[in-house]
Parts: sequence; C-alpha cells; structure tokens
Amino acid sequence: MLLSEIKPVSSVRSLKVALVGNPNSGKSTLFNVLTGLNQKTANFPGVTVEKRTGRCNVKNTEGKVESFEIIDLPGSYSLYPKTPDEQISFSVLCDPQDDAKPDIVIVIAEGTNLKRNLFLCSQIIDLRIPVILAVNMMDIVNYKGIRIDFDNLSQELGIRIFPMIARTGVGVQELKQALTETVPLPDHEFLDVRQFAPTVVDQIKAIAPITSNYGAYQLANNIEFVSWFKNRQEKKQKIINVISDSGFDPVQQQAYETLERYKVISGIMSRHVRMEPVQKRPEWSKRLDNVLTHRVWGYIIFLVVLFMIFQAIFSWAQYPMDFIDDSFALFGSWLSSVLPSGILNDLLVNGILAGLAGIVIFIPQITLLFAFIVILEDTGYMARVSFIMDKLMTRYGLNGRSLIPLISGVACAVPSIMGTRTIQSWKQRIITIMVIPLMSCSARLPVYTLIISIIIPSSPISGFINPQGLALMSLYLLGFVAAIAAATFLKYIVKEKGRDFFVMELPLYRVPRWPDAGIAVIDKVKVFLFDAGKIIIAISIILWFLASQGYGDKFKSLNRQIEQATALQTNPVTLSALEAQRLEYSFAGQIGHLIEPAIAPLGFDWKIGIALITSFAAREVFVGTMSTIYSAGNESKTKMTVRDKMMAEINPTTGKPRYNAATGWSLMLFYAFALQCMSTIAVVKRETGGWKWPMIQLGYMSALAYMASFIAYHLLS
Amino acid sequence: MTLAEVKPGQQCVIKSYSDQWLKLKLMEMGCLPGELIKVIRLAPPGDPMAISVSNYVLAIRISEAKTVEVELI
Repeated sequence: MLLSEIKPVSSVRSLKVALVGNPNSGKSTLFNVLTGLNQKTANFPGVTVEKRTGRCNVKNTEGKVESFEIIDLPGSYSLYPKTPDEQISFSVLCDPQDDAKPDIVIVIAEGTNLKRNLFLCSQIIDLRIPVILAVNMMDIVNYKGIRIDFDNLSQELGIRIFPMIARTGVGVQELKQALTETVPLPDHEFLDVRQFAPTVVDQIKAIAPITSNYGAYQLANNIEFVSWFKNRQEKKQKIINVISDSGFDPVQQQAYETLERYKVISGIMSRHVRMEPVQKRPEWSKRLDNVLTHRVWGYIIFLVVLFMIFQAIFSWAQYPMDFIDDSFALFGSWLSSVLPSGILNDLLVNGILAGLAGIVIFIPQITLLFAFIVILEDTGYMARVSFIMDKLMTRYGLNGRSLIPLISGVACAVPSIMGTRTIQSWKQRIITIMVIPLMSCSARLPVYTLIISIIIPSSPISGFINPQGLALMSLYLLGFVAAIAAATFLKYIVKEKGRDFFVMELPLYRVPRWPDAGIAVIDKVKVFLFDAGKIIIAISIILWFLASQGYGDKFKSLNRQIEQATALQTNPVTLSALEAQRLEYSFAGQIGHLIEPAIAPLGFDWKIGIALITSFAAREVFVGTMSTIYSAGNESKTKMTVRDKMMAEINPTTGKPRYNAATGWSLMLFYAFALQCMSTIAVVKRETGGWKWPMIQLGYMSALAYMASFIAYHLLS
Repeated sequence: MTLAEVKPGQQCVIKSYSDQWLKLKLMEMGCLPGELIKVIRLAPPGDPMAISVSNYVLAIRISEAKTVEVELI
C-alpha cells in the first residue's frame, strides 16, 4: 500500500523536462538538486557531448507522486549553434526529428547577468514550448543590490518565474511544485520574427512539421544541422529554393534578430530591474583575479595546484591501489584453490578476474583527478588557467585546459584522457588525447628501472651524479618533449569541427558545492567501469588465451607436466622452468617467434617479442613476463633474479651480452613511445566515440616507437 | 581603432565588426554596437584580454579583438 503511493503511476507517460541555460548559470547544480543520484550519463548519439538524464519525483497538490524525466542540455548562450554543445541544444529543441523533444523547458538564468541570460530564454519562449524561468544565485543578486520585480517581469515575458539559490535549495521546492501544475505555453511571442521573413516562415511551416514562427525561422537559418531532412531531400530542396528566392541571408537575419531581441530585453531590464546603491562592498572576484592572473603569482599558484594534483594521483592513490591489487590477488588465489583446477579455473582467475582487477585499479586515480578537475571548474579557477595559459598552449595546438590532463599523464593516461572533456575546442581536445600517452606514465617505471639496472652502472659520475637517475630523468623529459612535438605536428593535421574561437566568460568565483563534485566523480567512475571496462575485459581474455593456450604435442605434454608438478608440490625452480617452456610453446610464444624477423632490427629476440604481446595489457606486465620466460620464479626476489638472468643472456649472433646499451635503450625507447596499454585504447574509444582515433593513435605511436628503437639500436651497436 | 589597441583601464564603445561569424558570437554574448566596454587586464603574455561588458567579464584573444572596431571614451 505504502509502496504504491511512492511509485509513479506507470501507465501515464512521465513528462520530459529539459534544463537549458548559459554555461556557469548553475544548471548542473539544479540538475543534481532535482534528481539526486537518480541520474545517468551517456553520449548524445553520434557525438561526444555528454547527455545527462535523471528522474525527479514530486508530490502534487493531491498528494500523489508524479515523476518527471529531466534532461540536462549542454550549456549554451543562444539557440544558434556555434559549438558542438550548442548544436545539441539546437537539435533537441528545434529539429522535428529529435526524439528527446521536451514537454517542458526550464530555463535557468544567472540573476546577476539577467540581460545576457534572457536572450536565450526569449528564444525559447518563441519556440512555443511550455517554459518556466528559474532565476538563480539570488544571494549574489541581493548582495550586489540588484532588485528584480518578478511579478511584472513574469507578466511581461508571459511565463512563470522562480527566484532561487540552487546550491542551498532555496526556491527549488516551488519550482518542482510548478511542474505538477500544468505548465502553460508562454502568453505571447517575445519577438515577432515572422515580419523579418514572412514567406520563408510560412513556407517552412507548410512543408515541415513545425508550428511556431520562430521554429521555422531557426530552421531556415540552420538547415544544414537539421537531420529531419535527411530522408526528405525534395522537401529540403524546396525550402532551400524558398530561402534563395526570397533573398534570405542567414548571417544578416541572425545579426538583425539578435539586435532586435536585445532591444526588447533592454526595455524590459530598464522597467523591471534596478540597481540599488549599496555600501561599497568588496568585489571578491576582482581581487582574486588580481592574484590568480598575476604575471608571477598566477603561474606560481598554478604550479602549486598542478603539483598537488600530481602528488594526489601519483602517491595518495597508491594506497587504495595497493589495497585493490592485494585484495584481488588474495581473492584470485582463494578462488583458484577452491575451484577444480583446469582451463575454466584458469580462465576465471587469470583471464576474467585479472581483467577486472585491471579495471578496478583505476578507480582511485580517476576519483582523485576528477575531484580536483570538477572543483577547479566549479570555482571558476579553470577559466583563469585557460586565460593565462592560452597564448603558450595554442602555439603547440593545445589549450589552457590541456595542461592538467597532460601533466596527470605522468601518473596515468587513463584518467587524464577522461579529464579532457572540459576542453571546448574539438581539435584541441583530440590533440590533447592523442599526445597524453606519450607522457611517461607510472606503468613504464618498472620497465625503465629493470632495464636501467642492467645496462647502466650505478657508480656516480664526477662524485655525485647518479647515471641511473640521469637516464630515468632523460626518459621522462623525452616523453614530455615528444608530447609537445607531436601536438605541434598534429596542429597542422587535425581539422577543427566548426570554427576555432576563444571568446569565453570569466565567471564569478564561487565556493564549490561538494555534492556536485561527488556526483560528477561517481558518474566518471561509472562511465569508465561500464563503457571502457567492457573492452578491457575482452582484450584481457584474449591476452590470457594467447599466453596460456597453445597447440601441438609439446604444449600438451608441458601442460600435463605442470599439472603433475603442481599436484606433487615439486621444487618451485623446476615448476617455473616448466612454465617458461610452456609460455614458449603457447600462442603468444608462437607469435613471438613469428614476429622475431620484424623486431630483430630493433635488437629484440622472440623472448622480448612475447613480452611485447603480453604487456599490451599494461606495460608493467613486461617485467612479469620476462621473469616467467627466464624462469626466474619466486616472486619476492623476481627483480633481482630476472635482472641477473637477463644480464647473463648472450646474443648468439654477436657472442656478446644481449642486454647491452643498444638493446636496452632500444627497448626503453620502444616502451616510451609505443601505445602498450589496452586501457588507454578503451578509454580513447569511449571519449572520441569510435575506433578511428584510437587506431590512429596506436598506428602513429607504434611507428614512432619502431623508428626511435631502430635508430637507437643502430647508433649504439 | 580596434579593441585590441585599447589599454587596460580604458573604456570604449563598439562601433562595428569586421568578422561576420565572430560578430554573431559577440553580439549573442552582449557585445552589441554602442555597448560600453572596459578593458580590465591582459593575460601576462599580453594575450588574451579580459573585458567587462554588461556587468560581466569576458576573455577574448587579441586576434579576435582586432575584428572589433571601437571608439575610446
């Protein structure tokens, strides 16, 4: 009985409510307040603009619960699409084809910036959709002495208006209540656009299923973005003819309409909004800007912020990551001991569970990085970083907002690539994504340290400089230089979607709202687990199969011997020798032999070939695979013993140690440049919305790695 | 003169635009002909610039500001 009261009546279709507003108007906060955790994120079809939808339940005046589907449209300044984000808002609201069409629109406006915010609102009023206006940040409005006459403003606009402070929830209940009372169409048109182009408007209304004059007018201006015409080419042609016959010039029309709209808005502002003289109050935003965009302090503070983020994802994240690692290892060995041994056991523990561990391990870093990014965005600080770094970064094809993801790439490329969402320009975002994996991430460290310990002496040069440290540092520097060089190169190759422009609001500084940050972080983790996770599991199972299965009698007999040895608890040295042999006869081993001719010019043999294949899961797997190949066994001492065995390895053609400077540097350069990381590929696929960019990335980084290794090997040998 | 030549602290009024596309973007953001604009500061490398327009702060590249014809007041 009680339950049925809470549940929405499912037979009635719940109304769709779209949230629309300028960037920085508090739209996300209102969305979170309305839906709570009852939300999910996906991409809009065909584009990589995030689509957030959620559910809001409201008790109506009769005490019955009504449920609304809320959709958070990306922030826009106008219905005229100038960015991919604004294009989404345009098609949801104006394209007859779009199935996300809302029943009600809530326009959220920043109260201190009412004039500019009313521009978008007035356009939506003219689309003849039921509209409610929420005027947000009333606390700042009052602080600044701005007085808004809501009753008369509401009457003049012909819609209901709700003043609110979304971040504290003031006024939200009234807004929710208003949704349950039927929201009427706006009283009247805000601006009569039909008079600008009567024939065009009338003709379009006759041809396309559009009822409002302004909807028809918008369509005439942006016909190339309207997907409804895709299967109606003759109708599209008819409209194009009408447009050209009547001399309709979109640019001029748009400029004229904008002017007229602002004229009406200015009149409204002068009638219903006035500034009350307040005692001189400190303008915090200006004062903060004096420091945060200062030519010395601005950069010092940004460096400190960068260092803190770096510290967080490099060291703080290590504790939860170790915990996850240990828990999975513990669970895995327990699972393999209780289940009957065999291929299924192996698949479950070493394929699926290992893949899962490889996904979950990223959660701490994603959480920490996103907590920082969201908070820096919400406070308004990120816009300032963009402001002081723009000149420098655009020279290299990057963006002020690229720096945090780029530097975070030294810890891990996966969360960093997810952190590029805030970069508005498509081109700069793609370039940032493409070069992040060149930064030396922490998974390369085990590879570097192993090789360096083999090929470089540890005795200090001229008293205090440690050559091993020097080598390691040069590899990190090389990664950074390569990333910048690649970005500069890509600047000339990647094409911008739409036009490149900077024009950007520097919003007022605000205290971040913690629940918003929490929700954003949970959202990112979910997206990673479910979207990128699928691909990671799949690749992980394939890699398991390659490394653990094989064909032929030799493989089978080795498999049997290992089973017996395990059962009899033979000496671990014998067992690991058997495992090394089995790996050689597995599919991965076969492929290792197969690709040997291709990698021989780099100084690699089939053993390294196997490690290249298995470490596609993650670079650090290289060390583990080498241990197995050299049957180094006994995990606790792995590094020592595998190092000794690798040092003892002789190259049959030269008769000298295989791991000399030439092979060592060749190998390290290969790992510096190659995209040896399935998780990166999975996350790039998710963030760019297809396989095109991850494949380009895999291709160019492999080519770069091959060339660098080739040159290094031949120079040094 | 263009907006790019206005010094921080100076005020000006928008006269016209030489880039049609950018003109639409700027007008939507409230940078209308006749609108009062105050240059607040330049970013440390001298580009972009921060301007105050209809009560809020807008950042704009020098190359973009060059397309806006203004008159000092």
